[in-house]
Amino acid sequence: MSGAATGAPIDGARAIPPLGKGRVDGEAGRVGSGAGLRSGPKIPPDLGLAAEATLPAARGGKGTAFRLSRGALCSLPVGLTLLLGFVAPLATVAAYAFATPKSFDVFRSFTLANFAAIFDPANTVWQSFAWSLGLAVLTVVALAVVAYPIAWGLARSFGRWSGFISVLFVFPLFVSENVRLYGWTLFFLKNGVLDGTLKLVGGAGPEVLYTPGAILFGMVYVYLPFMLLPMTLGLAMVPKDLVEAARDLGASRLLIWREIELPLATPGILIGMLLTFVLAVGAVAESKVLGGQSVIVITHDIEIAFTYAQNWPLGSALALLLTLIVGALSLAALAKLDLDRILGRR
Amino acid sequence: MTATALAAPKAPSPLPEALPILQLVGVRKTFGAFAAVERIDLDIRDGEFLTIVGPSGSGKTTLLRMLAGMEAPSEGDISLRGVRINETPPARRPTCLVFQSLALFPHKTVGENIEFPLKVKKVAGAARKARALELLRLVQLPESYYAKNVMQCSGGERQRVALARALAYDPDVLFFDEPLSALDYKLKKVMEKELKDLHRLSGKTFVYITHSLEEAMVMSDRIGVMRAGRLVQVGTPEEIYTRPSTKFVAEFMGEVNVFDAVRSGEGWRIDGLDGPAALDLPPGLRTADAAAVVVRPEFLRFVDGQADAQNRLSGVVFNEYALGSRIQYQVRVGEKTFLLELSRANAWGGKPGDAATIGWDARDAIVVAA
Repeated sequence: MSGAATGAPIDGARAIPPLGKGRVDGEAGRVGSGAGLRSGPKIPPDLGLAAEATLPAARGGKGTAFRLSRGALCSLPVGLTLLLGFVAPLATVAAYAFATPKSFDVFRSFTLANFAAIFDPANTVWQSFAWSLGLAVLTVVALAVVAYPIAWGLARSFGRWSGFISVLFVFPLFVSENVRLYGWTLFFLKNGVLDGTLKLVGGAGPEVLYTPGAILFGMVYVYLPFMLLPMTLGLAMVPKDLVEAARDLGASRLLIWREIELPLATPGILIGMLLTFVLAVGAVAESKVLGGQSVIVITHDIEIAFTYAQNWPLGSALALLLTLIVGALSLAALAKLDLDRILGRR
Repeated sequence: MTATALAAPKAPSPLPEALPILQLVGVRKTFGAFAAVERIDLDIRDGEFLTIVGPSGSGKTTLLRMLAGMEAPSEGDISLRGVRINETPPARRPTCLVFQSLALFPHKTVGENIEFPLKVKKVAGAARKARALELLRLVQLPESYYAKNVMQCSGGERQRVALARALAYDPDVLFFDEPLSALDYKLKKVMEKELKDLHRLSGKTFVYITHSLEEAMVMSDRIGVMRAGRLVQVGTPEEIYTRPSTKFVAEFMGEVNVFDAVRSGEGWRIDGLDGPAALDLPPGLRTADAAAVVVRPEFLRFVDGQADAQNRLSGVVFNEYALGSRIQYQVRVGEKTFLLELSRANAWGGKPGDAATIGWDARDAIVVAA
């Protein structure tokens, strides 16, 4: 057999992979950042892989040496966006984290001084990490409890009203978060809406503003839609006949919920929890507006480092650390979230 | 009456008609202006295999859901051993439904699925497993399937798991909502027989729903035919086959020849028939002006050169089809098409395109209400 004859089937077999590879690479690019750097700094990750995929075609004597498959071509816009909007800034932040403190010597200096400063026992920045993570965990737990009944109603019992009700829950997103939070400040303020109204009837409003509780309230309020929608989707994915069958077999409501509904809705619930956790860890407006800086969250520290302190390397080191912590926690949760197992495809 | 009914032993009574396990009196179900089920009266006997047959949209699934307790009737009463159960929830009825989708729990293993009703009844773990393995054997699945993920099972295996789960609940009545419809023909045939065997073994009452009369024929003690929310005929497979009460039932049975007959003077006429029709009219139709005549393909025969057939039609043989042991002929008479079946040994000598006269005797025709 000649080389051309053996080349043809390989070429044919290779016709499909570029699309699959491009997709996998797109995901790798979103999660990590190494893909682009591995295949050379000047070639975007998807371009690099596509070129590799077209290599056999070139060997077989067909086509040009550098031609993008349709899949790679389609993934080009999102690939470039990810590269410029996600990988590049992240790489810059990572680079800054190892730069000389209080300098702009990025890419020119390498030091661990920023991390040494953060891990210095005298530094109390760990408290900010603790507040951010703690408030985020509490937000997620509170949201799960608050959103579940609403999600259940949307998925099961609101019927033709559920579309309208979902819109009502999403609608506040059209108004700036800060505006909404200042609205709550007015509501809770001394002589504000709540306090003033209660005074009219001879009571007094609770002193809730500028406390961690107010921050928690604000975060639960702001992130409700991000928990509600995935959760609704998860509950809607539970086939009705399974619930009916369980009921027919004598199961109580509690048992049906524990054995059937909750396990099958888990993907949606976990995605909602993950989404709100990531958002809540990065939240800053709630602690500033409703918390009145009664506690300092880590995002606030990062902001200060970048602005007043003009210490970009320290801010970058904090940001990198936060990204690593959140990333590790998210990946751990995602590893637990085995969609195939939950959906019974495996 | 009620107390004795409940105290009665579960074994089928020697007189099955004595007290129906389930009784429907004037049951009607409407969804808005649409009546899915129209005034049904039906006695379901303890221990019988009853199949409700009907085309899609005939209301058979709604009927089943009312029996299982997933819908409440709009009118009429459903009684279980003489006790009205219209509003009793499914969990409090000694009945279990095998869904068309089977409704197996995808996140549980085969064993966990079968054990689910036992878990509900708070049966201890070891006893649960023992019972599950016993049921696996009963539905002819290997015990190794106990730990298998249910979604890894094939269609036929899932069928068996669903059956085992229903039996684990130990209901008095099992309902089936076309559970075999997704299986291929060969497997369906196997499962039909297994279901009937299982009915024998368990002694429970089976109520089965299907759109396939063929399926119903194989398994059932009695068949009820539904059309547009009404129960058209209830009877043994034999009765349904030999004495369909209406044209609809006869046509639902499969390939049959149906002609419209009208009264002409003292006798009857059928379009295209050579001469007046000779019909054995059942008593109910003696005074009717119109009727439908049903003749099964195997009762039609070629009568060229013979004078013995009471009813004769002249036409042209259009085509012939081999059905294995039998050969079917399509004969065109005017605008109408007739089917005629002969055993291979008695195959007709002619070929498609030849003229032929076909005929049948009055006793072989079933006359039903038009």
